[in-house]
Amino acid sequence: MKNPLDQYSVNGGAKPIDIEFMLNGRKTTINVVPNRRVVDVLREDLGLTGAKEGCGTGECGVCTILVDGSARLGCLMLAIQLADRDITTIEGLSQEGNLHPLQEAFIQYGAVQCGFCSPGMILTASSLLKQKPNPTRTAIREGLSGNLCRCTGYQKIVDAVEAAARKMAGREET
Amino acid sequence: MKHGEDVPDLKSVVPEVGLPFPRVDAAAKVTGVEKFAVDYYGDDLLWAGVKRAGIPHGRIRLVDTTAAAEIPGVLKVLTGSDVPGTNRQGIVHKDQPVLCDRKVRHCGDAVALVLAEDQATLKKALSLIHVDMEPIPGVFGIDDALMPGAPLVHEEHENGNILLKATIQAGEGNASLEGYDIILEETFDVPVQAHAFLETENGVAWQEPDGKVVLVVSTQAPFRDKWEISHALGLPMEKIRVIGPYLGGAFGGKDGATVQCLLALAALHAGGRRVKMWWDREESFLAGYKRHAARLHYHLGANADGTLQSLHCRLYYDTGAYAHLGGEVMALGMEHAGGPYRIPHTRIEGWCLYTNNPVAGAMRGFGVVQVSFAFERMMDLLAEKVGMDPLVLRMKNALRKGDKNCAGVTLTQSTGIVECLEQIGRHPLWLGRERWKGESGIFKKRGVGLAAVFNAMGYGRGLPDSALAKIEVTPEGRILLYSGVSDMGQGNATAFSQIAGQILGQESGNIDLVQPDTERTLPSGSAAASRTTYTYGNALIRACEELRRRIVGRAALMLLVDTLDDLELLPGRVRHPASGREILIATLAATMTEPERICISQFLMPVVKDVPDTGKEFKIGFPHLLFSYAAHLACVEVDELTGGVVAKDYLAVTEAGRVINPQSFEQQVQGAIAQGIGYATCEEVQLRNGRILTPDFATYIIPGAQDIPEMTSLAVDVYETSGPYGMKGVGEVGSNGPLPAIANALRDACGIHMTQSPLTAERVLAALQKK
Repeated sequence: MKNPLDQYSVNGGAKPIDIEFMLNGRKTTINVVPNRRVVDVLREDLGLTGAKEGCGTGECGVCTILVDGSARLGCLMLAIQLADRDITTIEGLSQEGNLHPLQEAFIQYGAVQCGFCSPGMILTASSLLKQKPNPTRTAIREGLSGNLCRCTGYQKIVDAVEAAARKMAGREET
Repeated sequence: MKHGEDVPDLKSVVPEVGLPFPRVDAAAKVTGVEKFAVDYYGDDLLWAGVKRAGIPHGRIRLVDTTAAAEIPGVLKVLTGSDVPGTNRQGIVHKDQPVLCDRKVRHCGDAVALVLAEDQATLKKALSLIHVDMEPIPGVFGIDDALMPGAPLVHEEHENGNILLKATIQAGEGNASLEGYDIILEETFDVPVQAHAFLETENGVAWQEPDGKVVLVVSTQAPFRDKWEISHALGLPMEKIRVIGPYLGGAFGGKDGATVQCLLALAALHAGGRRVKMWWDREESFLAGYKRHAARLHYHLGANADGTLQSLHCRLYYDTGAYAHLGGEVMALGMEHAGGPYRIPHTRIEGWCLYTNNPVAGAMRGFGVVQVSFAFERMMDLLAEKVGMDPLVLRMKNALRKGDKNCAGVTLTQSTGIVECLEQIGRHPLWLGRERWKGESGIFKKRGVGLAAVFNAMGYGRGLPDSALAKIEVTPEGRILLYSGVSDMGQGNATAFSQIAGQILGQESGNIDLVQPDTERTLPSGSAAASRTTYTYGNALIRACEELRRRIVGRAALMLLVDTLDDLELLPGRVRHPASGREILIATLAATMTEPERICISQFLMPVVKDVPDTGKEFKIGFPHLLFSYAAHLACVEVDELTGGVVAKDYLAVTEAGRVINPQSFEQQVQGAIAQGIGYATCEEVQLRNGRILTPDFATYIIPGAQDIPEMTSLAVDVYETSGPYGMKGVGEVGSNGPLPAIANALRDACGIHMTQSPLTAERVLAALQKK
């Protein structure tokens, strides 16, 4: 397909290429220009609008996704960086219809208000709990410090992450 | 208390008012399924974007769109002359062009609109539009605006740069301040604050084959948007439909047209294709609405025993380039200028001023956040002067039911500020404060500060605060609740679901919500003014009670029961306990005609009956009948070497009537405190000659998870007789406390008297060095 924009575009005439990666547990191939932002690939090309965009400059964290299990920012990643990676978006966090303990705890503990930060916040928390299964409240706050929330004041988010950590460690039945 | 352990599983429970209940929208939001306006795209999508003025004040000579229009992939470039209607928008005063035609009045003014096939083309085209302007000297603050011979932001405005000048008086308001034992005078300055919601202004629009323009937009006021679009673009009202999904935050910043008129205009030129407009963060800072910067001059007279006697205020609000709700914001600030206290004699003057700064409008705590800083610092200054405990001084002067407030309005409704203060006085953070302060480390000083605040609910007299609730039992027996008021995160949708579930006895999983849509839901006002659950909730109660009567009444016919009292409405069915016979609601509903299955009820918020003879300049929005109250306690640590201020502990006691949902209540209080701590310590939209120096989250700092302390929220249990289940609005009152509480704590910690916010390390250090 001829791109009428090539003469002007920031892509400088880059040609679409095939990029293969795992997306929410499924092998996926996309054909895009390699310097397309990951957040645009997800939202516009793949319809995964759970990844939000709040600043486009890596300051707010609402575009957070998991790359090989670690939290990364979709607005600062380019499509080519998806190649051969294992990507999880919020849409892929629940398993076989069962909510992830973090998702359950966010609902239960009132950690959701407008909900625009929730996907990124939950994915960052899941990455945090992988590294620190039993974090203190201070450690949770530190771990989430790259994700802004304008509604909650964070306290209920910390409550929820704490509760999910307990549940994931099997220390508490809910 | 953590509401989590005690929160029931959502689907299978009949909601009960008064108990914690998880949000009905939470599951869809944590799984990424919920579609915000910004998540709407569409096949064959066009992108629309705006060329901004870039200078704060200038006359437009020519907008040259030739180069932009020639780029392949650009569908259309539109300027002011292409706007078909009045080309003016604004909630109260229609003074804001959709696309500027003659002059620009702030850097974010829109001068051209581009439709393009994709975002890269759009950006390129916008950069190729050349706007030839003759710069005009600007008005960049309160002093500039009032200067004789100042340049005029709106030449046609009869009072020059004064959008509104007004006076509220009570008692012998005009009397001199001489003759009191204590006279205190001080001036305070507060900056511009940005809402900084995470979902920036956006929407998608298209024109249907019959000419109707449909918008899906992030908005707090879909029904008013219709009116704005109709007026600005000359479209008949019936040719506009606005759909308002859940918002990714708003806080007042999406009350009023942002993208609406621009998008509708774009849709008129898009040949039926969908057009998306999504302001990026910088554009949101540049063109979005803000909280008013203000200067507050206070002159307070009191007796030696601390009894307040007289208050004279001169309040100046910088409303920026357009009126938006500037006059109304100032009016509410003036109405609250005396704090939740009895002051027999008041004279409160306000000036709302046009400048060439960004447009100021509604933001949580609407004009009240500003004055709360001033009156609560004055109270602490007075406590020092008369040698009284600041809590005792506040209790002594606190408003009680039956008292007159500073606007001369007699309080006839629930008034719980005394109870809030009493709870503070009993709390360990207050009782143990001296010991806690003594435990500060080296080069640290600790202090505790109080603030007693209040916030009116509703639009106020002159602008009917109305909601039209609509509820349906579907032919399948499900309950469909048509919410006419946006849920921007405050949780009203959940409260509505609770109310419907309680009255109709149905499980939450059987209740579906329709979010605002001007063709499906009914006009219910804006999501604003702490009014949403109160007004719509009252209307909904009546609609649900009527629907309950109809369902039970139909069941009586079908079960051959003589009196309705003998029937029970249960989840999914109606039961006749005496005989044990039951009938499914689905069976009943299938026999009902549509008019029977749908109930509609209107509620109008009550207003002040005994209106004082003052504030005549306010055509709408004055005075108010209902207020929520709060007392806040901030425990603060100051670093003597850096000036850094950290809130270590925070207590809020709130009286907002009876609590419908303790979890939602706490969310509102905690969130308001967090925004208030940001406003108090770090948030400031810095301006130089009308240009924003802080257009992103790297320079405009909002609090992160490490910046907010653990907060304790307590509720005073007071029943508001006019409220649904006794409640009042709680959305705003909490944002008024943090700045004064923290400023008062700084005084307590290290003796500095801060009159300018935010209380940044730099300012605090300078004050420490000056001491």
